[in-house]
Amino acid sequence: MGKILEVNGPLVKLELPETVIGEQVRVGRIGLVGEVIGRDGETALAQLYEDTAGLKPGEVAEGLGWPLSVELGPGLLNAIFDGVQRPLNAVWEQSGDRIARGVAVPSLPRDKRWHFVPDPHRRAETPLAGGDVLGTVQETESILHRILTPPLVHGELLELAPEGDYTVDEVIGRVKRHDGRIEKLHLFHRWPVRTPRPFKHRDHAVKPLITGQRILDTFYPLLKGGKAAIPGPFGAGKTMLQQQIARWCNAEIVIYVGCGERGNELTDVLEFMPELKDPHTGRPLMERTLLVANTSNMPVVAREASIYVGITLAEYFRDQGYDVVMVADSTSRWAEALREVAGRLGQMPVEEGYPAYLGSRLAAFYERAGRVETLSGDHGSVTLIGAVSPPGGDFSEPVTSHTKEIIQTFWALSKELADARHYPAVDWLESFSGYVPSAAKWWAENVDPGWETARAEALDLLAESEELQRIVNLVGVEALSSEQRWTLESAGLIKEGLLQQAATDDTDSFASPEKQYALLAALLEIHRQGMKLVKLGASARRLIQMPLLAQARRWKSQHKSEDLAALKDKIARIPAEFEQIALDYAQSGPAA
Amino acid sequence: MKNIEFRTATSAQGGLIVMAGVPGVAAGSRVQIKDHAGNLRNGLVIRSADDAVLVEVFEGTDELDLERTWVRFLDEPFRLPVSRDILGRVFNGAGLARDGRPPIISADRRDVNGEPLNPAARAYPREFIQTGISAIDGMNSLTRGQKLPVFSGGGLPHNRVAAQIVRQAKLLGEESSEFVVVFAAFGASHADARFFQESFEESGVLNKVVMFLNLADEPVIERLLTPRAALTAAEYLAFDLDYHVLVVMTDMTAYAEALREVAVLRGDVPARKGYPGYLYSDLAEIYERAGRIKNRRGSITLIPVLSMPSDDITHPIPDLTGYITEGQIVLGRELSNQGVYPPVSVLPSLSRLMKDGIGKNFTREDHPHVASQLFASYAKALEVRGLAAIIGAEELSDADRRYLRFAEAFERRFIGQGEDEDRSVFETLNIAWDLLSMLPPEALIRVSEEELAKYHKGGVGSV
Repeated sequence: MGKILEVNGPLVKLELPETVIGEQVRVGRIGLVGEVIGRDGETALAQLYEDTAGLKPGEVAEGLGWPLSVELGPGLLNAIFDGVQRPLNAVWEQSGDRIARGVAVPSLPRDKRWHFVPDPHRRAETPLAGGDVLGTVQETESILHRILTPPLVHGELLELAPEGDYTVDEVIGRVKRHDGRIEKLHLFHRWPVRTPRPFKHRDHAVKPLITGQRILDTFYPLLKGGKAAIPGPFGAGKTMLQQQIARWCNAEIVIYVGCGERGNELTDVLEFMPELKDPHTGRPLMERTLLVANTSNMPVVAREASIYVGITLAEYFRDQGYDVVMVADSTSRWAEALREVAGRLGQMPVEEGYPAYLGSRLAAFYERAGRVETLSGDHGSVTLIGAVSPPGGDFSEPVTSHTKEIIQTFWALSKELADARHYPAVDWLESFSGYVPSAAKWWAENVDPGWETARAEALDLLAESEELQRIVNLVGVEALSSEQRWTLESAGLIKEGLLQQAATDDTDSFASPEKQYALLAALLEIHRQGMKLVKLGASARRLIQMPLLAQARRWKSQHKSEDLAALKDKIARIPAEFEQIALDYAQSGPAA
Repeated sequence: MKNIEFRTATSAQGGLIVMAGVPGVAAGSRVQIKDHAGNLRNGLVIRSADDAVLVEVFEGTDELDLERTWVRFLDEPFRLPVSRDILGRVFNGAGLARDGRPPIISADRRDVNGEPLNPAARAYPREFIQTGISAIDGMNSLTRGQKLPVFSGGGLPHNRVAAQIVRQAKLLGEESSEFVVVFAAFGASHADARFFQESFEESGVLNKVVMFLNLADEPVIERLLTPRAALTAAEYLAFDLDYHVLVVMTDMTAYAEALREVAVLRGDVPARKGYPGYLYSDLAEIYERAGRIKNRRGSITLIPVLSMPSDDITHPIPDLTGYITEGQIVLGRELSNQGVYPPVSVLPSLSRLMKDGIGKNFTREDHPHVASQLFASYAKALEVRGLAAIIGAEELSDADRRYLRFAEAFERRFIGQGEDEDRSVFETLNIAWDLLSMLPPEALIRVSEEELAKYHKGGVGSV
């Protein structure tokens, strides 16, 4: 037992010899939990996960003997945890509407019984290695929870429980370790959040993550196991875009970490997720979803921890062979929590008050993404999508610029687009993806071999129109040639008919890869047909008045992904529409 | 401990005093300081160790000495006594009566810092509040339990807009407002405070208003308590007494500046523009107290007003606020200069909760699309206006000139309205269709074809 020496915001100085850095401590009469971040002589410096008001020097403090860990086992899905994995629903039952300090609730429910089916290949008295599958629990209808041997346990399996219902506390097996010690196995195990979970080796990411959002999938793809960032000023639609990804992406598990964000947004997710169906399995989305919520008004140190709690949970499902997506909203709040603690420690700030290790912490965090061969020989992936909230929308600030160097896919949100209510407000010029060649293979094999060329053609068109727009802004549209005007018009068509996608539009909220490609090909076809006529001397002014252009802008919300036949009919009729104009033109001559 | 007066100050400067030899003082505890003239000052423990306790003095350290300063540690945080009697009363920033009437006596005394609301206990705000202001109701609508700040600048009529919202806010279908109002002013001028007081008086709601005032010439550090005291009162009214509470706070910039002042005194590492790194967390502690709770009838809707230093929306205060609140109503100087009231700059304005509070079953089925179309058309119209400024309006095409006329009419008829004009959301939508009918149907792709058939006034220029 030690005692408190000094209280300074979330930091407390303790007289507590023999504690280890990273160790959990319990402090004060109300039992606030925190972790040791430094030692000096007999004293230890700890950061607490809860508000320290009322704490007095002289009160007790004790080391708990383990680092910040999470409980991994059945009961995770469908849950909402705070930044240190306390289940918020259970906390609500225990302490009411407000989170009282010092509440201790186990992360996984202790009374619930799970139906455990042992793995048929596991036999007593055979070797058992860390990560091996012991058996399964059907946790939700869509997710089979594989019960894993804790990664660091190796030895001989002495016995394994038969099929039956067990709580997470009950012993389901015993292992004799190589050093002779006997280890009990449970449906769950603990893992320290700041240590990446081990795997056999890293693999190449090969499949794109389909989000159903055209600007993402078609233009700036992300792979399963990849790293992406969504930077954007406030009001640019960051949250909406992330929620769309969480809703529609074809991952098997989605982990949403609300790190220092709005309480009502989480409520929104909690209320709408259960009503929505997973477009890929038809089951309620909540069955594959797990939320970690540390809203902006919750204590700052737990905010720093929440990101690690989230990624550890993600790795755990990866180790079961699942494709996991983790959305971290927002990494900027995490960095600010880091900055706040660093500031109180008196560490020398470098840029905008951030500590010098900001870049390396960010890089180490994003490196926990990837597609791997798991210890049990399966394949699983963690895709990491981090939101960044640059102050004033300035992408040169430290968090955005460090992140940009680490990630492969950059979905830059633009205030200008959002102000014009062009959603998703992903800027097609600032964004990039390093995964295009790998994604192209998949699109060629599964959708259409023309994908890569069509994508490039559309992007060229958009870039060219940006140049032209600059000219128009200086001297007006009359200064453009007919070809240029048509290019401008086609780019507008792509922006409104393809890139804009309303999350609230039931028909268009999710677009299958087939629909995405069909629309892309159709709009490019209109562009090419028109350009052909313009090159023959037709006036762009005449073409721009074609009703087809207004109609094509509505196609996206008229045709569901499941039923593209009518859309394909319309596309097939495009050349005929232009032929009519060509005919008129031939009759009335170039003056028209 | 509470009754012992210590005279062990070892240093006093810049609003902070250090006390020696006071063991076991709770962090965040309230402090009472008696100076040599016998005057009482308030303070707060911001750092506590056995050998030295750091105390922040609200009224500052001017005219304090070390020898004749007596300090009592009250061993509790700042608390606000609450009871039904707070309605109609005026308090200072620390929650003491300043209207000359007797203090509130209540056994129920609440920690002004509150406790974080469990996200699992929140209920999502969905009920549309009609403010009677078209630019808000039509395009950036407010819902019950939302926090929607007004971003303004020096000389803009944010106070008048806020007062108009307070006067007119009601749920659809309700006869009159059933809100109670908590009003907090910090760093505000006496004139501003009087303006609100008179506005409440005129509309006869004074007995439904609780005011917390810390004016520009009053202790700066007390400003850190003012919004917290106000929200404590609001939480009591909303979640104990089932009222729908509208909280108006002005001016958050003065609050943040007070926070910076204290941070500098403490020696905190500055982040941007000298503001401490925890400005975001601190603002969030305030803003996030708005909302609704499952199984409770009341709600807190929060409208903080803040002036953007030199109209800069990327300044840390509006910037961080925008990241926490559910949107923002931005007032524009250009519109104001053209005599448009309320000068709401609709493009940078936003209401994040709008999508769930409007449309069929809430307002009218065409509302979401109309709002989206107004945004798109006005954005396009401003582009054309920019172009016209360069090449001259004569050079524009007919279609473009139509947009110019649309922009003009939109600003005058839709955004602009009287200070006492209380438009229903249906009037607002009808005006919107009048204006959209100035544009050809094929230019309106955000509204559906059925809506066009039903509401578009056919072709050009019904205005």
